[in-house]
Amino acid sequence: MTALSELMDYDEVIEKFDPVLGLEVHVELHTNTKMFCGCANVFGGEPNTNTCPTCLGMPGALPVVNATAIESAIRIGLALNCEIAEWCRFARKNYFYPDMPKNFQTSQYDEPIAFNGWLDVTLDDGEILRVEIERAHMEEDTGKSLHVGGATGRIHGAEHSLLDYNRAGVPLIEIVTKMVPGTGRRAPEVARAYVTALRDLLKALDVSDVRMDQGSLRCDANVSLSPKTTGELGTRTETKNVNSLRSVERAVRFEMTRQAAVLESGGKVIQETRHFDESSGSTSSGRTKETAEDYRYFPEPDLVPIAPSREWVEELRGTLPELPWERRKRIQQEWNLTDEALRDLVNAGAMDLIAATVDAGAKPDEARSWWVSYLTQQANTRGVELADLPITPAQVAQVITLVNSGSLTNKMAREVVTGVLEGEGEPDEVVEKRGLKVVSDDSALEAAVDEALAAQPDVAQKIRDGKVQAAGAIVGAVMKATKGQADAARVREIVIARCS
Amino acid sequence: MPSISRDEVAHLAKLARLAVTEDELDLFAGQLDVILQSVASVGDIAAADIPPTSHAVPLTNVFREDVVRPSLGQQQALSGAPEAEDGRFRVPRILGEEA
Amino acid sequence: MIRQTAAELAAKIHRGETTSVEVTQAHLDRIAETDGKLNAFLHVDTEGALAQARKVDEDVAAGRTPASPLAGVPLALKDVLTQEGIPTTAGSKILEGWRPPYDATVTRKLKEAGIVILGKTNMDEFAMGSSTENSAYGPTANPWDLTRIPGGSGGGSSAALAAHQAPLAIGTDTGGSIRQPGAVTGTVGVKPTYGTVSRYGLIAFSSSLDQAGPCARTVLDAALLHEVIGGYDPMDSTSINAPLPPVVAATREGAQGDLSGVRVGVVTQFSGEGYQPGVLRSFEAAVSQLKELGAEIVEISCPSFDYALPAYYLIAPSEASSNLARFDAMRYGLRVGDDGNRSTEEVMSLTREAGFGPEVKRRIMIGTYALSAGYYDAYYGSAQKVRTLITREFEQAFTKVDVLVSPTTPTTAFKIGERTNDPVAMYKADLCTIPSNLAGNCGLSVPSGLSDEDGMPVGLQIMAPALQDHRMYRVAAAYEAARGPIGGASL
Ligand SMILES: [Mg+2]
Ligand SMILES: [Zn+2]
Repeated sequence: MTALSELMDYDEVIEKFDPVLGLEVHVELHTNTKMFCGCANVFGGEPNTNTCPTCLGMPGALPVVNATAIESAIRIGLALNCEIAEWCRFARKNYFYPDMPKNFQTSQYDEPIAFNGWLDVTLDDGEILRVEIERAHMEEDTGKSLHVGGATGRIHGAEHSLLDYNRAGVPLIEIVTKMVPGTGRRAPEVARAYVTALRDLLKALDVSDVRMDQGSLRCDANVSLSPKTTGELGTRTETKNVNSLRSVERAVRFEMTRQAAVLESGGKVIQETRHFDESSGSTSSGRTKETAEDYRYFPEPDLVPIAPSREWVEELRGTLPELPWERRKRIQQEWNLTDEALRDLVNAGAMDLIAATVDAGAKPDEARSWWVSYLTQQANTRGVELADLPITPAQVAQVITLVNSGSLTNKMAREVVTGVLEGEGEPDEVVEKRGLKVVSDDSALEAAVDEALAAQPDVAQKIRDGKVQAAGAIVGAVMKATKGQADAARVREIVIARCS
Repeated sequence: MPSISRDEVAHLAKLARLAVTEDELDLFAGQLDVILQSVASVGDIAAADIPPTSHAVPLTNVFREDVVRPSLGQQQALSGAPEAEDGRFRVPRILGEEA
Repeated sequence: MIRQTAAELAAKIHRGETTSVEVTQAHLDRIAETDGKLNAFLHVDTEGALAQARKVDEDVAAGRTPASPLAGVPLALKDVLTQEGIPTTAGSKILEGWRPPYDATVTRKLKEAGIVILGKTNMDEFAMGSSTENSAYGPTANPWDLTRIPGGSGGGSSAALAAHQAPLAIGTDTGGSIRQPGAVTGTVGVKPTYGTVSRYGLIAFSSSLDQAGPCARTVLDAALLHEVIGGYDPMDSTSINAPLPPVVAATREGAQGDLSGVRVGVVTQFSGEGYQPGVLRSFEAAVSQLKELGAEIVEISCPSFDYALPAYYLIAPSEASSNLARFDAMRYGLRVGDDGNRSTEEVMSLTREAGFGPEVKRRIMIGTYALSAGYYDAYYGSAQKVRTLITREFEQAFTKVDVLVSPTTPTTAFKIGERTNDPVAMYKADLCTIPSNLAGNCGLSVPSGLSDEDGMPVGLQIMAPALQDHRMYRVAAAYEAARGPIGGASL
């Protein structure tokens, strides 16, 4: 672990260096079956239940390519504005590791199915940055190891390991950017924004669960620093195990400050794989990467080349859904939003949630107001992403309906939402459990109003004299007395009626 | 071209995960050299304009429908395992990076 | 009974003149009697064989149509193909005790055809060799002369046929491992067109070259077996989705003895230095015989065939170095050195060191070297180009002739131990057979008599274009009928 004193202050980093980013994202496709065999592709499950001779690398077993995985790869390539190869092959990447049953990974190497594309990424201030895509290629996932013994459950210090090959052979698409230079201070933000944009795109394509927490979307962040004085490219590190959008940003930032300190002290950045630690927000050295020549790539003889016809590619282009940026444009028009307002929604991760809430029956303004104010506040307090709050757009829409029908006040509605967030059940159930009902019994309200008027005779007199705005004080007192369970508008009507 | 050194043989053995003995290092260094000398002639006729053949049959686009087939099941999967524990393959401690 | 052909035995079983159980038992007895001397079998599945035989007999008794023309006939299966629940080692220590949980496609087809699998035959470890001396379970002897090799890698299968332990056998041919053992044991061996017999369940040596095929004592038996095991398999991506060439019909046609109109090319590269004079004389006699049958004989020069052997000894080890990486002590097979302290990496290396024999290690090292970045272009890349040239020369040749012929192997069976310390000399046994593997077309070896200097069998190789397997069966059947029997092994 790197001590804080070994890091350079961020402003100083930016003063002295230009960061260069490179992002490699691995996406697990959510096909029915694995890449090369008919085993079910499902997350979790009893260990080694979704396995067969092929994905266990048994002697004699052979791979056969999953057609849907190829289609998904091509669709991803098209959505990323890539060229689609007219002819390409799988290769074998040879290295020994116990989570890899054949001790080679079947992967594309110098002949990726998609290449030379780009993705437009919207930054926090609305600026659009075009990130160039080097390639998107197909490969297979590895199994999972469980490290037993030792203190941490991590690999170091473990006494032995246990292997589950359910994930072995799950189709992966690896999307690699070209070098992204010139992002300066915003490098960490750009990294996050890129992964966010990619995630949204893959979600829209419906090709993956894109769950960073479950590993169906994994990001390796490559960072190097180029000294401003020389402009020379620096040595890059590749940080793995970055399991959330926020971590992407933190990992890049950390590596910048760490590398800068190393360089500043006259040291050399080692080209290596680094491991991101969520709790400390720092990276630590992994294994020094075997150099590329040690992988001994060669064309996979058990699989024949892939030559997607142009007709097929165009047919697949026809299946592309409305892409996130197109959808954003449409929503902006439909909801009548300024560029700025739209950007705020997108940044907050709120747009899709609002859209879903609208789909569930709410009006855009109402839905928006809930997600950008109260729920955003709640997300901040809880330290989670808006989308990860334990409330669904449908539930928010239900609450809005209750308010509109007059059975909840806004304040009560917030309490209902809080209840849902606390896991107390559906909005109806929370209303029930917490006894949240607008007091609509006029006689009860009249009694409360009379009591308040009696307590504040001078205010009562003002109202009687026609100073209607003074009614607010009485309404406030009544609301307080009824613990907010009264409809403030109705209370006001009663106050005015009593004083006239 | 080749004159393959003992060190090179040791490196190859490491890549191939073979714990070769000292005697084997010498033996292989000699034999590999002879064999590689005798096969180096492929370079004599492999002109730049000749495309390489990786597959004996000119097939392309062989795909499988994305339909689940029965798996082996845990017991069968583990039936040949040198050691198993909790439905998983038990292996000695792993050096190297976090998977 | 054990001297009869598979076709004859099948006919008698199907007519009820004998039973599959009787036939099977006779062969099991023969194995028990002779295998102490031969070591052709690594595993004999007496119970499984008899159970399958009983099933066939029940079918016959009930008047049901036999599952195939070979139903009830026993067969020896090379130990490189998986058979569910039956030990499968590929001749290696590293797989000792492994019982596969699945059937190879070939195995499944054999079972479905009602063929009785007697057991698994010995072979060079992972099919790497030409003599069966590289088996971890000891060498197999040649039934014609127990001091000589039975060829390899499928020496167990060829010896079993020659010794009448089985009338049928399965082999696999990566550089000649069906044809060369066939030649040196006086039996018939066929390497079908690559992609026409599924490789699913065939423990890979060199994926782009491996092909399973039939072994028998007659061309007709080989053809009948060929039609059982061949055909498209969706489990093998390199399987060709086309009808299997009509090899049985072509064999029956050839047996009529007329080859007029057939153009036969003699490959000029396959003679001269390194070829045993008796082998060449036998080959010349065979060519004369073909001419007498009406064939037109043409000399064909294929200069790049001289580079086939070096190309093969780069491509096959390269693919093998990767194919054999899976034998790592983690999921199945041998595990050595796991003392609770050693790491996975150490245990992998110790296991592979202890589990692989010298030839396998040597080839893994060559392959690892040839694929390394600095050497890839000079070695693996160049070898793949040679492959292109060889394929082109075959194509050109086949515009002029229907089949090509050559001796199957430059010499007759050599003595056990004679070439073990000289890998390069050993590799020359496959000189004539390798080009067909590199090009993916088909080749067949049929006995052409005995070499006059040592009395050992010689093979005539017949090669045809991809998917034209029937052409070589026709020529082989005509030749076989004209030549008559070559005599039998002494054992
Ligand atoms: Mg990759
Ligand atoms: Zn599987």
